[in-house]
Amino acid sequence: MFDRRLAQCFDWGLLGLTFAISAIGLVALYSAVNAGTLTPQKILFSKQLIWFGIGLVVMVFTFLLSYKSFERWAHVFYAGGIAMLFAVSFYGKIIGGSKRWLVFGPLSIQPSEIIKIAVVIILARYYSKIVNPQGLSFRDLLVPFIITMIPFVLIVKQPDLGTAMVVVLISASITIFVKIERRTFSYIMLVCTLGIPLVWFILKGYQKQRILTFLNPERDPLGAGYHIIQSKIAVGSGMLQGKGFLKGTQNALSFLPEQHTDFIFSVLSEEWGLMGSLTTLLIFIMIIAWGFNIARCCRDPFGTLLAIGITFMIAWQVFINIGMVMGLMPVVGVPLPFISYGGSSVISMMICIGILLNISMRRFE
Amino acid sequence: MSNYLKTVDGDWFDRRLAGAMFWILAAFILLTGRLFYLQMIEGKELRRLSQYNCIRIQSVASSRGLIFDRNGQLLVDNRPSFDLNIILKDAKPVDQTLAKLAGYTGFPLAEFKKNIKNIKRAPGYKATLLKSDIGRNMLAIVEAHKYDLPGVDVSVVPLRNYIHPQNASHLLGYLGQINPDELKRYAHAGYKSGDYLGKFGVEKTYENFLRGKRGGRQVEVNATGQVIRVLETVEPQAGSNLYLTIDQNLQELAEDLLKDKAGAVVAMDPGTGEVLVMASSPSFDQNEFVSGLSHEKWNSLISNPLRPMANKAIQAEYPPASTYKIVTAMAGLMEGVIDENTTFYCPGFFKFGDRIFRCWKKAGHGKMNVVQALTESCDVFFYHVGEELGVDKLAKYAKACGLGSPTGIDLANESKGLIPTKAWKKSRVGEKWYKGETLSIAIGQGYNLTTPLQMLALTAAVGNMGIRYKPIIIQKAVSAEGEIIFQQKPVQLGKLPVSREILEIIRQGLWAVVNSKKGTARRSRIVGIDMSGKTGTAQVVRRGKNGSDDDEIAEHHKDHAWFVAYAPSENPKIAVTVIVEHGEHGSSTAAPIAKRLIETFLSKGTESDV
Repeated sequence: MFDRRLAQCFDWGLLGLTFAISAIGLVALYSAVNAGTLTPQKILFSKQLIWFGIGLVVMVFTFLLSYKSFERWAHVFYAGGIAMLFAVSFYGKIIGGSKRWLVFGPLSIQPSEIIKIAVVIILARYYSKIVNPQGLSFRDLLVPFIITMIPFVLIVKQPDLGTAMVVVLISASITIFVKIERRTFSYIMLVCTLGIPLVWFILKGYQKQRILTFLNPERDPLGAGYHIIQSKIAVGSGMLQGKGFLKGTQNALSFLPEQHTDFIFSVLSEEWGLMGSLTTLLIFIMIIAWGFNIARCCRDPFGTLLAIGITFMIAWQVFINIGMVMGLMPVVGVPLPFISYGGSSVISMMICIGILLNISMRRFE
Repeated sequence: MSNYLKTVDGDWFDRRLAGAMFWILAAFILLTGRLFYLQMIEGKELRRLSQYNCIRIQSVASSRGLIFDRNGQLLVDNRPSFDLNIILKDAKPVDQTLAKLAGYTGFPLAEFKKNIKNIKRAPGYKATLLKSDIGRNMLAIVEAHKYDLPGVDVSVVPLRNYIHPQNASHLLGYLGQINPDELKRYAHAGYKSGDYLGKFGVEKTYENFLRGKRGGRQVEVNATGQVIRVLETVEPQAGSNLYLTIDQNLQELAEDLLKDKAGAVVAMDPGTGEVLVMASSPSFDQNEFVSGLSHEKWNSLISNPLRPMANKAIQAEYPPASTYKIVTAMAGLMEGVIDENTTFYCPGFFKFGDRIFRCWKKAGHGKMNVVQALTESCDVFFYHVGEELGVDKLAKYAKACGLGSPTGIDLANESKGLIPTKAWKKSRVGEKWYKGETLSIAIGQGYNLTTPLQMLALTAAVGNMGIRYKPIIIQKAVSAEGEIIFQQKPVQLGKLPVSREILEIIRQGLWAVVNSKKGTARRSRIVGIDMSGKTGTAQVVRRGKNGSDDDEIAEHHKDHAWFVAYAPSENPKIAVTVIVEHGEHGSSTAAPIAKRLIETFLSKGTESDV
């Protein structure tokens, strides 16, 4: 199964980039959990190391078997993911008012992280059979619509609006990439422009308030708005060179509630400045370009679309998270790939890299 | 690029990839631009703001809703408490600042130091409480020397104020500081450590109406912690005001009548289930809970054998004693064991096998029908009925009357009482049921346990011709803007398991208890008002054969006195239940309390019943 040819084609470059970005993430996390005054957080660094260890093992398993078998198993992955989301809504652990976690002994996992990959795989399978230069017709879009809406609704109910939006964004980008027929596309746009005011009309007052605050955190100056201000201060105060490792003051005062998860980029920017932040962005863009190149070199439609979908998934999360930290985006609970603390995020990202490596090393088959 | 896709060529595909990459690059250029703007252009200003954590949130507590009685009389409000706080990072040098503060105010320096020690590990920019409720004079002193006291700040916090201390304490409940466990559970609802929340009674049940919503200010401060700019303000939203169903004047009277006794008084409107009085004695002062109860005080409250912390109206369980004869009569008549003309002869005892069951009246009542047996509370008559019914049929009726399960009142920790059956005894006690035990059950002794509120709900239903209402304690919640956000409507739970004719027979008996010459509560009848009722005397310890004559019974072995009543007998406006622990006879201790309440309520009913 694992012949010499595969080993020769192994994509060391992508693996190197992955290690580089993970190393940056660990440095930032070390700072985020150590500079604060709260000691119990220190253990999170060791936990994250363990997650990376597990992630590496999972990654190896992901590329050992040919990605072509994923096509056969796409339905099973998807059904499994949806089953887990249902399980969350029944047996999920409630943390901070939302049900996002399934607890298995010492492990708690977030099925919404896993379902993103399953959606990408099943969409890649579906589109690989019908892709054509004219684009997709309205009828072609029905199945992808259902595939996306089931997890969307389940995740919105947790409630986790941010992750739900990411699922929609990922499948929308793949769909648009595959190309939608011009007429169908204009119809969809028309329905959306007419539909949004209609939905707005149906929503209740407090729901409208919540969405408005979601879109514009400054409406909530004591909550999300305050976090954004603190986050912007942290990022900006890094200036060109940063304050130095473990020297971040915003960070040290624990003013950001999610500084080791969703807001970790602000810690990184404060301590390493523009130079550190740009280096991080550069590595991310290299990973994304690498992913597209893997898609370009792949010879079968399923592999190509799979690589593209996975790359979109990484790209969206990076863009949304960093945009949020700098006050360009709504405050949503989307982790920064490879950098934010969190087992589900680390493992799902390692699976993503495993899939890309898988496609890359089998490009000549 | 090879033509690997059936219909799509490589060039087409490359173009799409290039397009996607273009958009992604555009997005990253946007991020880079933003980074550059924040770190290079705004960088200097943002670094300055980061030095002392200049942008802070100052929380402004919301004003908790007020509580009124049914006539709009204010029962609970808030008063301002001036709390002395310090922000350690601003107060440097801390020791010197504290010493000065102690000098100006005269408060002991040691107390300040102790409070600071407790929170040494918290972030230094958080306000730390030095002393709460310092009073207006001290406020003036601190404000006057503020320039000399860096990092010291006085915040105004609304403090709960119970206007009539000790009054309706169990119903109103009290507030307390949120504990770590509650904080974990309610953190997402916006609670923070140090917050107060309802811990007991109405304050707990209707927390969400009462609490309102915290506001705050986003401010910029200078290096000594003085506010130099207010960036954003969010006004707090006051909580909603509650209008209770209780009548404060009647409540006060009930508490007065219960003074120096242990027991409970509950009253309700039989037509709606609205609770008019809920008094439990002895009581406690809720204001002491607000300002933080000392350990000794708390221990003395919970170790007091008279159980001041329990709401006896809903939490205490007593044998219903002769008040239970209402149920036994109902079951007997409905099951056809007796009819209104059936008579039994009472010689003062009842022979069951080789055992003797006594009637409370040693000399015996003679020939009794059901109305007479209720009137004179003849035990022997009901022994006969009970014997023929059996325990399970009795239990069926008791349960259908709402006994043995909580009434569903909106207060925490309501007890459910106990209505025994054969199956219950088998599973709980592990023994089979003895027929003799049924006789005790028939007169409300033995395993039977009820709460005063359950007996009240039953009495009210008898009074209103059979409709069982859920006891309700609030009429409405009104927002600070005057909008009614919740209106409590009467809730029907069901009907008594009895026909109209049979209910009339029982009502006749209850009328005669108070109004006929031989009635057990004759001494409590009210001139001009028809009252119906039933007395009860619940045994605390089983009496020996001659026990009832023993004068040397210890106080805590004396019987509990019950009285349940409604008035006027036709279309009653009020139902009352009284229990006095170790009050001995229902007729002598409990009934007079009910009498006074009913008299007072009905004589000025026209004014207060709006």
